[in-house]
Amino acid sequence: MIYLTRKLEFSASHLYHNPALSAEENKRIFGKCNNPHGHGHNYTLEVTVAGEPDPVTGMVLDLKELKEILEREITYRMDHRFLNYEVPELKGQIPTCENIARVIWNLLEPKITKGRLHKVRLYETPDLFADCYRNGAHGA
Amino acid sequence: MNDRLKIELGRRYRFSASHRLHSDELSEQENRRVYGKCNNPHGHGHNYVVEVRVSGDIDPATGMIANLMDLDGCVEREVIEPFDHKLLNEEVAVFRKHVPTTENLCKEIYQRLKHFPDAKVESVRVEETSNNAFEYAGEELWDRLAVQQKGKGSD
Repeated sequence: MIYLTRKLEFSASHLYHNPALSAEENKRIFGKCNNPHGHGHNYTLEVTVAGEPDPVTGMVLDLKELKEILEREITYRMDHRFLNYEVPELKGQIPTCENIARVIWNLLEPKITKGRLHKVRLYETPDLFADCYRNGAHGA
Repeated sequence: MNDRLKIELGRRYRFSASHRLHSDELSEQENRRVYGKCNNPHGHGHNYVVEVRVSGDIDPATGMIANLMDLDGCVEREVIEPFDHKLLNEEVAVFRKHVPTTENLCKEIYQRLKHFPDAKVESVRVEETSNNAFEYAGEELWDRLAVQQKGKGSD
C-alpha cells in the first residue's frame, strides 16, 4: 500500500460563538476567538490517499486530478471566505479546526475514487492541527 | 468504509532543558562509548518540541474535542513548568533514576498527560532536535511499572 499526501494552503476568517450560550459563557469558553469581528488564519491542509499504484501509470491517482479535486472542493469553497457565513457545510457548527477537518473529509471522501481517502490533517497554525480518518486506519 | 470517523486534535509545545546521558550501571568507559558526546559531564541542552494528540467526540456546543485553554493549562502545569529551563537529570525526579534520553522523556510526558480528563491522549511525540523525533502511545506494561514506581515514591 502506498500513501500519497498532497498539501494545499488557504486563508480564511472565522469566529467562535454559540447563540445558545450567554455572552459571558461565550467569552469564557472561546476567549479571544469570540471576537465578533472574527479573525483569520493561513490554513494548511494535508490530504493523504492510500492505494496501490496502477501497473501501467505507476500512480495511485494522478496528482493533477487530486489537485483539481482539492481546488474545486476546498480552495473554491474556503479560500478567502468567512467560514461562518460563506461555507454552507459549516452552517450551525462552530468552525473549529476539528469541525473544518470533518467537513473537508466529508467533501473529499466521495470524490476520491482512485485509491481511498486515508487521512485529512488541517493545520490552523503550525502548532495546532486536527486529524480526521476512519477508525483503525491511522498510521502513515 | 462504514468505520466510524475519528477526529484528533494535535498541539505543539516547546521547552528548553539540559541533560546528560549517563548510566550508573555502566563503567565510565562504557558510558563514553555508548553515549558519546552526550556523556559530557557538564551536560548540554536542547530546544524540545512536544506534540500531543488527543481524541474524542466533538462537543456540538463548542465544536471542540477539548478546550485548548484546558489542554494548554494541563501541559503547562505538568510539563512546561517543571521541565523548562531545568537540568532534567537533577530537577525532574524520575530522571535521577532513569537516563533522560528522549525515549524516556517521551514516556514520562505521556505518563504526566494521560489522565487529562477531557479527552483521550492518543500519543506524545517529542522532537529533541529537528532531526530526531520519538513518539509514544502508551502500553500497559510501562503503565503498570510506572504505577509501581510511583508507589515507591520515585516521582
